[in-house]
Amino acid sequence: MNAIPWHELVICIPLLGFLWIRARASSDARRVCLAFAAITLALSCGLYLWGLESPSGSFEGFFGWNLIHIDQFSAPLIPLTALIYFVTLLATVGHKTQQFPFAGALISESLTLGTLSTDTTWWMILLLSLSVVPMWFELKSRGTSTRVYELHQAIFVGCLILGGCLSERTSAPALNLSVVLLTIAVLVRSAAFPFHLWRIDMFEKASFGSSILMVSPMLGAYLCMRLVLPTEPDWALHTISFLSLATSVYASGMALVQNDGRRFFCYLFLSHSSLVLVGLELATPIGLTAALCMWLSVGLALTSYGITLRCIEARVGRIDLNRYYGLYTHMPTMAAFFLLTGLASVGFPCTIGFIAGELLIESAMDFSPWIGWIVVLATALNGIAVLRAYFRIFTGTKHPTTIPMRSQFEERVAIVGLSLLILAGGLYPQPEVESSYQAAIHLLEDYHRSDQQRSDQKRSDQQHLVPDPAAVSPQTPQAD
Amino acid sequence: MVSVMNCLAAIVLGCPILTLLILGFTGLVQRPLPERLVDRLTKFHVAMGLVATLGILGIMIGTNHSMEVLDLGNFVEIGQEHFHFHLEFIFDRLSVPMVLMTFVLVGVIGSFANVYLQGDAGYYRFFVCFSIFLVGLLFAFLAGTIETLFLGWELVGLSSALLIAYFHERKSPVENGLRVWGIYRVADAAFLMAALMMHHWTDQGEFLRMVNDQPWPQGASHLDPWASLWVGLLLLIAAAGKSGLIPFSGWLPRAMEGPTPSSAVFYGALSIHLGAYLLLRLAPIFADSLVIRVLMFALGALTAIYAAMTSRVQTDIKSALAFSSVCQVGIIVMEIALGFWYLALVHIIGHAFLRSLQLLRAPTLLRDYRTLENAIGGRLANGQPAWISQMANHRQIQWYRFALERGYMDSMIDQALLEPFRKLFKAFERMENDWLRWLDGPSWPRRKDP
Repeated sequence: MNAIPWHELVICIPLLGFLWIRARASSDARRVCLAFAAITLALSCGLYLWGLESPSGSFEGFFGWNLIHIDQFSAPLIPLTALIYFVTLLATVGHKTQQFPFAGALISESLTLGTLSTDTTWWMILLLSLSVVPMWFELKSRGTSTRVYELHQAIFVGCLILGGCLSERTSAPALNLSVVLLTIAVLVRSAAFPFHLWRIDMFEKASFGSSILMVSPMLGAYLCMRLVLPTEPDWALHTISFLSLATSVYASGMALVQNDGRRFFCYLFLSHSSLVLVGLELATPIGLTAALCMWLSVGLALTSYGITLRCIEARVGRIDLNRYYGLYTHMPTMAAFFLLTGLASVGFPCTIGFIAGELLIESAMDFSPWIGWIVVLATALNGIAVLRAYFRIFTGTKHPTTIPMRSQFEERVAIVGLSLLILAGGLYPQPEVESSYQAAIHLLEDYHRSDQQRSDQKRSDQQHLVPDPAAVSPQTPQAD
Repeated sequence: MVSVMNCLAAIVLGCPILTLLILGFTGLVQRPLPERLVDRLTKFHVAMGLVATLGILGIMIGTNHSMEVLDLGNFVEIGQEHFHFHLEFIFDRLSVPMVLMTFVLVGVIGSFANVYLQGDAGYYRFFVCFSIFLVGLLFAFLAGTIETLFLGWELVGLSSALLIAYFHERKSPVENGLRVWGIYRVADAAFLMAALMMHHWTDQGEFLRMVNDQPWPQGASHLDPWASLWVGLLLLIAAAGKSGLIPFSGWLPRAMEGPTPSSAVFYGALSIHLGAYLLLRLAPIFADSLVIRVLMFALGALTAIYAAMTSRVQTDIKSALAFSSVCQVGIIVMEIALGFWYLALVHIIGHAFLRSLQLLRAPTLLRDYRTLENAIGGRLANGQPAWISQMANHRQIQWYRFALERGYMDSMIDQALLEPFRKLFKAFERMENDWLRWLDGPSWPRRKDP
């Protein structure tokens, strides 16, 4: 098994697909893209399941490079990401294929999987910096202004690189500055308030599918876990936690008053991804377990929710939530999935989000009852927003049309597949919780080790700086 | 004997779950069963559940056991952190009568709905929601842990909101469904916080452990007075939301937008008692907290007075019956506060049956009136209490208006909460748009905000 660089293959297969599409200028880019995404998914799932049985639970790279390192934290995120890409591509049918950048999606998948497969600082910084490029190309190719995106991503990349450079210095001011810069990078990438405008701009201008792919893997949270959490002092953790908490409530409130369907989805996702960050920043075993469970549930539930919304948009145009569409009669299955995935995202019982939500609120309560209250408030508002969107899109009137609006086979397969996972995760959550808990413990051990090293370093610095009292005290005259 | 009990308990819970799975799955894959099969399936499973519950009752009486517990173990567990989601169901003096009542009423209404909605486009959708509702209620009534109760509570909330919006090609039912869902979410949030606070302070979520393994209504709480006060307040908010106590009473007449069978059983008879049931189940825990009991009594009394006034001036029968239900629930809450728990239980059951009958007869009200008047050979009495007649005319008009407008409760909630909330976030949206325009150029956003 080890003779073949499987993990490198998982990252390289989408890259090969990208090169294939570019070299052949294939007219059937969708099929090629789908084939490569399917192979990537199959391989990543196989490796994940194989990894569950491996005694170490972690993987090292091939070729003698030390770039690939997959631990219990990142192991489930790789098949999850491959799945998100595959189902999004699968559900790209009809006229959506003409606008969707298939090659860009494959390169983006490769970069995302590469990022999730490493914990090497500079390799991660490089991949994260490159991961903003495909979307920039898409925005450019659509002839729209890229200023908002460029500005935010420039801040992100700049802070990331500068923070990475400074983190290698030993002086205290440089290290402090590095923490500040990396914290800003996390906040921008996670679109925490007030750095969230690029997300709205992106959802407004880019294709819906690419936007879903850009946000669903939640690389900002990954960056936070890998680069920031192990080195951060408490004040930085609290800053991220506070801003994430504020973002989750703000975004849930905004989702509730939105009229545009895409913007509504953008805020809904923002609110949930901020809750993931809140859990991560609590830095307790239950908090981290909750965050990791929520990561999976948000990844699955909101991706399917986004795909469903995109399928509807493909039939009726940009959705205006200010009016009623009454589409239930024409697409009852889609209505059921829309409701199911939406409710799963807000932690409804019997869905994958339920236990994640319970764990998060419990850990937040343990940390501070106020945080618990805010998380509950955000979840409640999101729940109302989800049902409001359902009612606006599927009910309220009769939708007169002679065009068949039923979902296509590929769309149904994508959504049914994800929905089954959502229900299975909700009805039998123990394996997911257990694996997340193990990953949380592993992460906390790393965190405490770095914390200990930091304390030791600080102590030794102080010993160097503070002169020995014996050396400076005036020499007491020796008694004759 | 234990295994027989477990089998019966499994039937009570398993049959409705099986119905839900069958109807839900066939609905999702767009292969709905024929109406006749849906009817038979529903009737069979409800009958099985009813017989099994009667069996449990018989065994409990025969063996002189006041409580039986079905422990399904931990749904989720993180042993090292002492986190567990325990699935435990209690069959006791409180839950068994409630479950019997549920099966009887749901069975009757299922049969009624089968005729009432036959051939309707939403027939299947109704029975899917019906199954979710039944499963939710059984989970809530039989729950042995606060988490299980919350699970059932949520299922009841969702199915209720969807049933209110049953006639979904009209705006009004949908808007009412959303409104009720909003109130339920507030109640859910309060309940969730109460549950977690109880967990936090007592380190357990099992009702039995909270009351030293004593069967209902015995036992006493582990909570200290402050914890008891906070948890009690949150549970009172949760119960007020679910049972339509003030200031949330406005949702019940809105719920009557659904089809008659659902409004009869779900809101008039069962769903509305869920909040009272919650207070009744946890009553031993708050028995020592005078503040909570006083607050509970005051809330019940105010609700009863308000609903009694309002129900008298409603112009449609369903709204009048809805407010009558609220009035009775107010009285039930007062009984719980006074410690008359068995009386409250009997009151709930009696009220549920009476109200179901009244709501089912509501469409033929005028005919029933005519029959009665023909039978007595004159007009039915339509007098008003003497104290109202003695009131000054302008006062009478003021009170009439107050009652007709349902105490302005909905408009007060709108003005005090919803409108400021909407305005605030719309202002944020405008600020964001301005900011984006400044960054991106005046063309942002490309589309005009509708």
